[in-house]
Amino acid sequence: MFAWWEKLSAGLVFDLFGLEKGSHLGEAVHFFIYDTIKIFILLVGIIYLVTLLRSYFPVEKAREYIAGKNKLLGHVMAAFFGVLTPFCSCSAIPLFLGFLQARIPLGVTFSYLISAPMSDAVVIALLLSLFGWKIAVLYVGLGLLVAIIAGLIIGSMNLDKEVLIEIKPVDASYEEQKIPFKIRAFEAWEFTRDLFKKIYLYVIIGVGIGAFIHGYVPQDFITKYAGGDAWYAVPIAVIMGIPMYASAAGILPLVEALSAKGMLMGTAISFMMAVVALSLPEAMILKRVLSMKLIGIFFGTVGFGILLVGYMFNIIL
Amino acid sequence: MKIEVLGTGCSKCKNLEKVVQDAVAKAGLFAQIEKVEDIAKIMEYGLMSTPGLVVDGDVKLTGRVPSVDEIVGILREA
Repeated sequence: MFAWWEKLSAGLVFDLFGLEKGSHLGEAVHFFIYDTIKIFILLVGIIYLVTLLRSYFPVEKAREYIAGKNKLLGHVMAAFFGVLTPFCSCSAIPLFLGFLQARIPLGVTFSYLISAPMSDAVVIALLLSLFGWKIAVLYVGLGLLVAIIAGLIIGSMNLDKEVLIEIKPVDASYEEQKIPFKIRAFEAWEFTRDLFKKIYLYVIIGVGIGAFIHGYVPQDFITKYAGGDAWYAVPIAVIMGIPMYASAAGILPLVEALSAKGMLMGTAISFMMAVVALSLPEAMILKRVLSMKLIGIFFGTVGFGILLVGYMFNIIL
Repeated sequence: MKIEVLGTGCSKCKNLEKVVQDAVAKAGLFAQIEKVEDIAKIMEYGLMSTPGLVVDGDVKLTGRVPSVDEIVGILREA
């Protein structure tokens, strides 16, 4: 798909700039220019499509579907709707309380709350552009699995009293707002533009460091020095991922470069999941309505699930 | 007319408040605008995505910041 750009950017770097093909500097500069533009095009395209599609699946609709379903089906549907509906960590609280108000069990609510940030539009866009659709599909599938299972575990622990705010039951019925396609298309564009403005610098920095790794770091660096397949690689990746929420856009290009130098795919996927699903800002927001104990259990369960995914992957691939 | 803007303080909520003020001025209406930030009060309206726009007790919009003209339309209908 980007063969034309590969050629064009190579011509630019090697012929116009006169950098030597095969040299460290030449390869690094070519990688940087090629990758940045490719990622920018894919990011804007994919975020726009995902945003536009999601505008047809408001979370109120999801709530109406999930409410009153039997338990296991509820978990599965909650996790799937987490992928389909738009999610912003700033509305995590109304979302959480809104589910409980519709008498959706706590565990099912968590299945949604774990799944929704995991399928972040930026992460999906970057996975597709950096690692291809197979890894992206695997990532989404395993994310669903983690959300369903972690939700089931939390639901079985009788933690309803750990919700710090009184829940007044409401009717979950929902009246769809009629929004013309033109307005949806325009709002999706505005959203994409604002998001892009927020993350493009991170992408440039991430690709920049990635380009340096690509050109200068030897092929077997990770395996040789950072214990590519050591047992502790996955937990370290998960812990490092927790505080990195804002810069996910810059970190993925780095992960791509590292995985080309021997970082195992499971470790990389665990890391990416930890970056988006275990975010400190979201925990701070939830602290207003959930006890620290419940937040701890939430992080612990999801973290454990992500670890398992990483180990599984490293063994299979 | 009483207009309430529901939101816990995210940037979208602040945008909506501004758009609503512009819309009221443009429509030449006499309205009281109130920002509701208390999560318990927000939840009483049964919405799940912020920001929300409530006119005289009815939820008109959730989860998006529409254009000034769209809000003018909503206010004229209400």
